[in-house]
Amino acid sequence: MIQFLINNEMVQLTQFAPNLSILDWLRTNMGKVGSKEGCASGDCGACTVVIGDLVDGQWQYKSINACLMLVGNLHGKHLITVEALTTKANPSLEELHPVQRAMVECHGSQCGFCTPGFIMSLFALYMNYASYPGKEAVIQALGGNLCRCTGYQPILAAAEKCFTYTHESTQNISNKDHRFSQQVKALTLSLEKDLALNSIPAIEHGEQYFYLPQNLTQLCELKAAHPDAKFVAGATDLSVEFSQHLAYSEQLISVRYCPELMQFTQDETGIHIGAALPYSEFIESFCEIYPEAHELFERIGSLQIRNAGSLGGSIANASPIGDPAPLLIALDASIELQSTRGTRTIPLAEFFVDYRKTQLANDEVIVAIHVPPRLSNQQLSCHKISKRIEDDISAVCLVLSYQLTDYTMHAVKCAMGGMASTPALAHHIAEALNGKLFSLENLQAAAQKMEEDFQPLSDVRATSAYRLQVSKNLFDRIWYQSAGNMILSTSSADLNASVPAIKTRINHASL
Amino acid sequence: MRHFKTDKPTGQKGNAIGQSFIHESAIKQVIGKAVYVDDKAEEVNSLHAYPVVSTIAHGNIVSIDTTPAFAVQGVVDIFSTKDIPGTNDIGPVFSGDILLTDELIEYHGQPILLVVATSYKAARIAARKVVIEYQTLAPMLDIKQAIKEQHWVRPPHALNRGDAKQAIDNAPHKISGDLDIGGQEHFYLEGQVSIATPTEEGGMFIQCSSQHPSEVQHLVAKVLKQPFNYVTVEMRRMGGGFGGKETQAAPWTCLAALAAFHTGKTVKIRLARSDDFKSTGKRHPFYNTYQVGFDQQGLIEGVDININGYCGYSPDLSDAIVDRALFHADNAYYYPNAHINGNRCKTNTVSHTAFRGFGGPQGMIMAEQLVDDIAYYLKKDPLEIRKLNLYKPGRDLTPYKQKVEQFILKDMIAQMEEEGDYWARKEAIAAFNKTSPIIKKGLSLTPVKFGISFTVQHLNQAGALLVIYSDGSVHVNHGGTEMGQGLNTKIAQIVAQAFSIDMAHILVNATRTDKVPNTSPTAASSGTDLNGMAALNAANTIKQRLFEFAAQHFDVSLEQMQLSDNQLVHEKGQISFAELINLAYLNRISLSTTGYYATPEIYYDREKAEGHPFFYYAYGLALSEVEIDILTGENTVTRTDILHDVGSSINPALDIGQIEGAFIQGMGWLTTEDLSWNEQGALASNAPATYKIPAIGDTPAVFNVKLYNSQNPATTVFKSKAVGEPPFMLGISVWSAIRNALASITDYQYAPSLNPPATPEAVLEAVQAAQQWNKTTMQTTTKETSHA
Repeated sequence: MIQFLINNEMVQLTQFAPNLSILDWLRTNMGKVGSKEGCASGDCGACTVVIGDLVDGQWQYKSINACLMLVGNLHGKHLITVEALTTKANPSLEELHPVQRAMVECHGSQCGFCTPGFIMSLFALYMNYASYPGKEAVIQALGGNLCRCTGYQPILAAAEKCFTYTHESTQNISNKDHRFSQQVKALTLSLEKDLALNSIPAIEHGEQYFYLPQNLTQLCELKAAHPDAKFVAGATDLSVEFSQHLAYSEQLISVRYCPELMQFTQDETGIHIGAALPYSEFIESFCEIYPEAHELFERIGSLQIRNAGSLGGSIANASPIGDPAPLLIALDASIELQSTRGTRTIPLAEFFVDYRKTQLANDEVIVAIHVPPRLSNQQLSCHKISKRIEDDISAVCLVLSYQLTDYTMHAVKCAMGGMASTPALAHHIAEALNGKLFSLENLQAAAQKMEEDFQPLSDVRATSAYRLQVSKNLFDRIWYQSAGNMILSTSSADLNASVPAIKTRINHASL
Repeated sequence: MRHFKTDKPTGQKGNAIGQSFIHESAIKQVIGKAVYVDDKAEEVNSLHAYPVVSTIAHGNIVSIDTTPAFAVQGVVDIFSTKDIPGTNDIGPVFSGDILLTDELIEYHGQPILLVVATSYKAARIAARKVVIEYQTLAPMLDIKQAIKEQHWVRPPHALNRGDAKQAIDNAPHKISGDLDIGGQEHFYLEGQVSIATPTEEGGMFIQCSSQHPSEVQHLVAKVLKQPFNYVTVEMRRMGGGFGGKETQAAPWTCLAALAAFHTGKTVKIRLARSDDFKSTGKRHPFYNTYQVGFDQQGLIEGVDININGYCGYSPDLSDAIVDRALFHADNAYYYPNAHINGNRCKTNTVSHTAFRGFGGPQGMIMAEQLVDDIAYYLKKDPLEIRKLNLYKPGRDLTPYKQKVEQFILKDMIAQMEEEGDYWARKEAIAAFNKTSPIIKKGLSLTPVKFGISFTVQHLNQAGALLVIYSDGSVHVNHGGTEMGQGLNTKIAQIVAQAFSIDMAHILVNATRTDKVPNTSPTAASSGTDLNGMAALNAANTIKQRLFEFAAQHFDVSLEQMQLSDNQLVHEKGQISFAELINLAYLNRISLSTTGYYATPEIYYDREKAEGHPFFYYAYGLALSEVEIDILTGENTVTRTDILHDVGSSINPALDIGQIEGAFIQGMGWLTTEDLSWNEQGALASNAPATYKIPAIGDTPAVFNVKLYNSQNPATTVFKSKAVGEPPFMLGISVWSAIRNALASITDYQYAPSLNPPATPEAVLEAVQAAQQWNKTTMQTTTKETSHA
């Protein structure tokens, strides 16, 4: 049995198909048709709902794609759907939740099909900020919601306006005194009590099962007993297999309930990221050490995806175009694998064997990703090229890491995605740069080694020729982006004067 | 911020026109209670259908094995062409669009069978289990080959004015160019969906997401070999249409009806997104060429334009779409001599179809390329060339001999030059580009002149049904469909204005073929022009009855009578609208009527290729500023200013919503939206993971949209103008601005060709072309110098 809250009700489920998505469950089993199916692949956001995680007795809310997240992983959560934001059947403008009211007043809906998804993304934003957090945060929050009618301008206006109402409606779910909130509070206490009793929550039904082990030992034992079962965290890839390829898995083990896989720690041995920890829960901490990686992380999927997806999932799927892998490989990360047989740690660069093939044995689980401590004078440069800034997959992803002492590059690691059947190191390029002066000429010369490292394919995202050309050109960008900083760090006033500030990136349109 | 107020007192003194009422469904939409077809509660025992489609682009079916599909639990039946009682050809205008095929395959994703099962999942799984063997044939995918072989879906049609060839030959300068223009997936957020329910009378009740309920009604009847009155179609709202549900909703509805006909049960069909991508038509890709002759100033003397649409495997609406491309290859510019030819090329892809602009954009972009190219050739500012060639009195005849009668673009451009600070920004950009090695900026102002009317004459008609209940509440039905554009809201405003009553008294809801018959599609931007006028005519009929009744009843004169602020005011006093209605009812006055409207003045003589196909033109212009990265080709729009003409706006908020949305959609067409088919003819960009429409971060940071202050000189409903399509083509300013940024690489001596969509890859290719041009020119200059 699994147990969770939906809006202001407690739900206990004893039977469901393991691969059932929240969206299908809502629409087909619950008659809650407010959440829409636009794509069933996590790309449009029309199905966005809000999920609460119970952290120290408090709910922390975030947006996710209901078409991707599986019902099994709702255990112990609070699911909020668009139906809950206003309880009246026929509300007036004033009785709407502030995000709903603002959308109406700003003319933010036309055909209305994407609207419930936008409302829920806005609702998550509203719950997490006391006041308007600025346009950048809004674009982050809504980057995974597509609208084909409005051109987004009124939605951007609504995101600002929703924070301006002075008198919140009593119908408002986020109003602390409201009946809804009171009900949720009472249910939460009861849920907490029940959760403590449930050892390994599970659904078992003939050949179908969905297990939710509560610690790593249980997880490894279950996997040893069921080697064919698939692991599931955010299901951001797995559910696409179901909905697009109709390749349904009937045996699933959730990795989301093992505390060992949900930690982020940092010590003298480096950064340790739990394999099942959603991106959004470690990006900020990670980027305190590596701020250069911020844009790359922010451009992984959408906020809904980052709220669900994990490094373990991305790495285990071994996609040639996953963006975290090039970064982690360039940072010399290793991954920790565990089974009932024991633990082993291997360099990430060696983990990928071939197209979507890895060294992971079928009784093993990825526990964590370890990134060594940042080196002194370590420079990092991350580049993602895609057709769209928000929520797009790389045509090319290039990450270059090196130590710079006296203008000379050492310990060079260059990793790329989209260039081969797996994310991979560019050995020839690294070799060409190692021990060389950091100069445009040397970077360009190294870039010419690109074909020795990669023979990329042509596909729907880019041709082989473009992938090679843009990859080479990125070394020019690396120089221009770093040159200013380097020159500023020297004492030569002449050099300072001779180099004007150079714009090396296009504006993000909306910002 | 936005240029309309939302806090205006609404319905004040019965003046509903010109006010920014919220969309009639807005509150329902934000609370998740606006019901779309797939949201309707399913009947017990209702069934789900899913098509089995081809996995090759061209060939013949050799054998079909349905056994593995029948083995899937829940499968009820599988239907084929043999089960179609009536016609299998559902071509909307010309024959050739096939519902199910049993032999010849003409595109990848073509429906062959229909699986019916007890669940959506079972139907979908079973549909993939059917084993079909094919004998494959080489698919026709290259348009140049199609042109060479004259492989048409419909014969070519050309516009001729003067002697273009001679004019070009005699001109002081001549240049030529070509453009490969990408198509566009509609990506309505709600995919294709239909429910067919057998009725107790033995008929068929259809609920679907269609811009053309009447056509769906007719086609379902024809497929089932029944009279039209056998079928009733109800269409409350669409989750987006954009032209993609004009003809493309019909096949799926016909299939659902076929299954309902045979099983006697309610059948729903809903395409999964990726199948919707693969099996429904898109905006036509085009391959166009031009040759132009002009004088030293850049004044055009003659053009020869060849327009070739990738029509796909069947005619669908391609004849009219290519026609509209021809009609817009001049955009806002006068061509004294013109030869404009349009080919309808047959290719082995899904049949391309209506999409906002309906061929207009693919014609118009040629005019914009041509004026840009003239400017760079003469080293003049592109805006100067645009202004020089605008239609003006005396230079006012289009290549199809319709006279242009409204010349507001000159004034609109002047306003934009000032408000958008064109000249100062142009200078600042040139200065920036000189010192910026990687990022280059570009600026362009492009106008739009878009003809309003269906080019198929008989479609320019509409009907409405207006009912007033005895308490004074009003129910209006009309032939148009609501797809988010706010048509129902505007219709309600028109009726509110006609009776001078509050909007709250008026209900406009589902479009139904049993309420208003023989309707035209909601397309060609005509929704309000046609249906608004029909509703207004209906309201005026009843108003006349009420006036005549009141004149007699109160013994007052008709002349002094007026409806104002929910009252009938006459020379002896006044009476509330509700009381008047009740009084009229008690005195046995009919309180319901139909309204009808047919657009006057329009005709087109195809033999002579001339006429007056458009009732009027809508105008607009956009000034866009972009940045490109010459290392990667990445590009972005940093600012757009729009000035658009909607005549006298019925609802400024809805109109601006249309303009903003259309611009972004047009921008997407020309930048990120990259449709590609592989060598086997399968759509490679077949899901939102690989096909990128603009996201929220793509909206320009500075985005000013203004309505131009004018009235429509044509007699339209409250002097308004159509708004759905014209602003789509404002997106061309982005493409032209990217070319402007590219031209900076050559110091504005040369702008490389840029085939849209301007993806990073396409832009980088153009960057390299510009750099190559610099090299070649430098070599030539060096050579010349050394020879001297």
